[in-house]
Amino acid sequence: MAIEPRMWRELGLTDDEFQRVVDTIGREPTPTELAMFSVEWSEHCGYPRSRTLLALFPKTGKYASRVQGEDAGGVEVAPGLTVLFKMESHNHPSQVEPFQGAATGVGGIIRDIFTMGARPIAVLDPLRFGDLDEPLARYLLRGVVNGISFYGNCLGVPTIGGELQFEEPYRGNCLVNVMAVGVVQTDKIATSRATGENNPVMVVGNSTGRDGIGGASILASHEFGEDEEKRPTVQIGDPFTEKCLIEACLEALETGAIVGMKDMGAAGLTCTTCEMSAAGEHGMDIDLQKVPRREADMEPWEMMMSESQERMLIVAQRGREQEVLDIFGKWGLNAVVVGRVTADGVLRVRDDGEVVAELDARALASPPVYQLPAEEPSYYRENQAVDFADLPMPEDMTAVLRDLLSSPNIASARWVYEQYDHMVQTNTVVAPGGDAAVLRLKGYRQGIAVTTDGNGRYCYLDPYLGAQLVLAEGSRNLVCVGAEPAGVTDCLNFGNPEKPDRFWQFKRCVEGLADACRSFGLPVVSGNVSFYNETPDTAVYPTPVLGVVGVLDDVRRHCTAGFKQAGDVVLLLGETHEDLGGTEYVKRIHKRVAGRPPALDLEFEKKVQAVCLDVVRQGLAASAHDCSDGGLAAALAESCIFGNVGARIALGEHAAGVRLDARLFGESASRIILSVRPENADRVKEIAAGAQVPIAALGEVGGDELVVEADGVRRIAAKVAEMQRIWSEAIPSLMQQ
Amino acid sequence: MSTATKARLGVIVFPGTNCDTDTWHALHDVMEAPVEYIWHEDTDLTGFECIILPGGFSYGDYLRTGAVARFSPVMNGVIDFAGAGGLLLGICNGFQILLEAGLLPGAMMRNVGQTFVCKYVNLRVESTETPYTRAMAKDAVLRIPIAHGEGNYYADETTLAELKRNDQIVFRYCAPDGEITPGSNPNGSLENIAGICNRERNVVGMMPHPERCSDALLGSSDGRLVWESLLGAS
Amino acid sequence: MAKARVVITLKKTIMDAQGQTVEKALQNLGYENVRNLRIGKFIEMDLNGAPGEELTSRVDEMCRKLLANPIIEDFQVEIEQ
Repeated sequence: MAIEPRMWRELGLTDDEFQRVVDTIGREPTPTELAMFSVEWSEHCGYPRSRTLLALFPKTGKYASRVQGEDAGGVEVAPGLTVLFKMESHNHPSQVEPFQGAATGVGGIIRDIFTMGARPIAVLDPLRFGDLDEPLARYLLRGVVNGISFYGNCLGVPTIGGELQFEEPYRGNCLVNVMAVGVVQTDKIATSRATGENNPVMVVGNSTGRDGIGGASILASHEFGEDEEKRPTVQIGDPFTEKCLIEACLEALETGAIVGMKDMGAAGLTCTTCEMSAAGEHGMDIDLQKVPRREADMEPWEMMMSESQERMLIVAQRGREQEVLDIFGKWGLNAVVVGRVTADGVLRVRDDGEVVAELDARALASPPVYQLPAEEPSYYRENQAVDFADLPMPEDMTAVLRDLLSSPNIASARWVYEQYDHMVQTNTVVAPGGDAAVLRLKGYRQGIAVTTDGNGRYCYLDPYLGAQLVLAEGSRNLVCVGAEPAGVTDCLNFGNPEKPDRFWQFKRCVEGLADACRSFGLPVVSGNVSFYNETPDTAVYPTPVLGVVGVLDDVRRHCTAGFKQAGDVVLLLGETHEDLGGTEYVKRIHKRVAGRPPALDLEFEKKVQAVCLDVVRQGLAASAHDCSDGGLAAALAESCIFGNVGARIALGEHAAGVRLDARLFGESASRIILSVRPENADRVKEIAAGAQVPIAALGEVGGDELVVEADGVRRIAAKVAEMQRIWSEAIPSLMQQ
Repeated sequence: MSTATKARLGVIVFPGTNCDTDTWHALHDVMEAPVEYIWHEDTDLTGFECIILPGGFSYGDYLRTGAVARFSPVMNGVIDFAGAGGLLLGICNGFQILLEAGLLPGAMMRNVGQTFVCKYVNLRVESTETPYTRAMAKDAVLRIPIAHGEGNYYADETTLAELKRNDQIVFRYCAPDGEITPGSNPNGSLENIAGICNRERNVVGMMPHPERCSDALLGSSDGRLVWESLLGAS
Repeated sequence: MAKARVVITLKKTIMDAQGQTVEKALQNLGYENVRNLRIGKFIEMDLNGAPGEELTSRVDEMCRKLLANPIIEDFQVEIEQ
């Protein structure tokens, strides 16, 4: 079959890329080889457009990392125990088919965890859609939550956290990011290197069908056109098979008979065979006829591109195949030897004996690296100059608070997380709904805390600062529950990188994040890039989403966000400035997305976090909650709602010169609300003073309403029961429509 | 049941079961009782005094929850074991399997709200005359979590009358003060039924998960009462 | 070779919450005259043999044993060549 331009173009390769393929292999590719290059070199698999910038991220930190160059990364959290974690996106498939898109997103990320020998112990789902007032957003939210529930619950992996954000730019491009966490003995971490000449190569798990063909290169490597209704074959998830796969793989790894293992995600067989070979500096010789298939007439290129779920590629030790095959048989799973490892570094693919592809594995696994132009868009400078001097001051601040509590960006997400089994595995010490989830590690004193964070609005207004604010908030959430931040995984969701203004956003976000991680001493252990989240009208907000994992030295010493007892003193760590840019308040009340996001002083943020961690670890805090969306007033309201008790607050001298709405609803960074028993208040103030962190006594817990006084005037007076009702019912009542 | 520590407890594992390790942990690590796993293909159940069918999604809940697991090789032995007076406890999916196997009367349907629900609920102890509730006080209110999509218990009129006549309702969903209210019913279950036993009282099925609250660190330790009843430590 | 088609539905006396939810959704979409919407399962299979009493009784048995739960479900069987 002659290779024609329309073939490589339909597969998503540019003419230049095709020429590069020819130059790389010294001849024209076969159709199967062409398909293999198109997926391995796609943005989703090869990261040609983001690779250079991603190298900016620090890979080391205070907590040791024992993993290099694998799908997931992690940190050692207790002697000999590593926690692996990674976040991935499944944006485009979820917009097309929310249930299966989200379900297979869970399946895929979990495979990245157990392929390394780790038992998956948690999932988190940060989700972003258009305004929830619109039927489309409700349809997508419902489908996505059902999908995650369907898959995660069946697997018995608790979904313990996530986020919900609703902004217009996500309307035509929802963001469905899924994070998975697993634990493994440090010395038992499995790798994906194919080594050992003549070692058997096996395909295990579900049979191969036409699922998602072209998904990797066609779906995720360019935008959806208005009339191009891309409904390619979407992958269908089978969590029952995956559950059996988890058990079988972990059992098989225990035997020591497995040399390397890799899960088939995007680009299935192509990606696994090629990358395992390249990583192991060996080759493979496989015959596609041996691979179990769902449809009889599949062609070699389809087999190599298929994204059928729940499949793994395993290299076992020669002579011990049967041990491995027996374990998969016990769990009712397909397991077949399809070829062997070779010493020549060549990936040789046969179809019933006949060679249909023969490529140097490392060449295939080395996509081009593109340096794309970045150009600061005009909106950025204009926006930097925006000030809010003329912003009208609302009369009724209690009404503003009520409005903010009913915003789906702030309101209770219980409607979502009650559909997830968040208790299975009996490790959940602090459940979803607070600042971060806390998990115990059975057999260890230590525990871990996990949270996800993102803020598309901030990152749109100022990508560099916005990304740093996201990291600050994620790590701040962790210290509030008593965990020391230890590592980060990132999921970078952006528009079309071939547009210089979008690429500029990407570049600035990555730079901001890299600088902040370095300042905090946090390694980025793993990550994912999702480009082309864009339709002809709009691109999504540049949205780096972070998963941050922290360590509790003693899991019993944790803290939660709700006020606990009448009489507790309410203290505020940090400072409040006029930080109105990009806030939920300005968006919801004044209908504007504008201004500079809150200022951030990384050194100051670190000091505030250190004080909070110290106070919590010493058992001095009754509650700890950071200020974010909706500012101080929203955070106070939440602490009242969680604790089912009111508070009498007087701002007094705190931020006295700042305009009132900014004092109440501005989103200044580096602020944490603590409540402490009266007898501990002085000690806590001493700790803050010792670290030169401002601390203000704002009032006292008690009563049945939240009262906030400023300049001697009562500005907010809201019954806890009423705030509770508004906050709890916002999302369920929208979803009932 | 003989003295506590001599009891041989078994936890059955079907493909797709996912609360087996949690149940084993509650018994082995928390209660320090001798317990082992039983693979669904094992047919020799001699020596066990109590067998637990834990929660999860056996066979993916395909066709109907518990419908396929009910025919696993181990179930013949389980049915004989129950007939001979052996103690059986089915938790969540385990309860569903016992219903499909006819070891308990009635059937389980999809939650009336159509979604999976995971949350703490209040349970009223309706009968203390079972091996799993004898350490509890009648009408006591316990906080134990549920996590299921198909917990809507159904039985026809005749069956329901019989359950009542023979004191076979073991737990009901209730309000914090113990009142049986529609608002406290999380799944539409008939008469707020959350757990039942057979006529002979050796087989109990319950939808809530006692193994998830056997340790105060996790939010409630009311689940311990189930194990304490079983192991005779009260 | 025969083909059997089985339709499994909840017994009429049982409340079909799923059916009710979907009925309401259709009505909300403007299909106002929809009533009595019920949702069931459809199973089909190939069998060796010819349609007749023996095959029908075998499929009935499959339904009673596994495919349907007689406490809450009814089933209808159709067999053709």
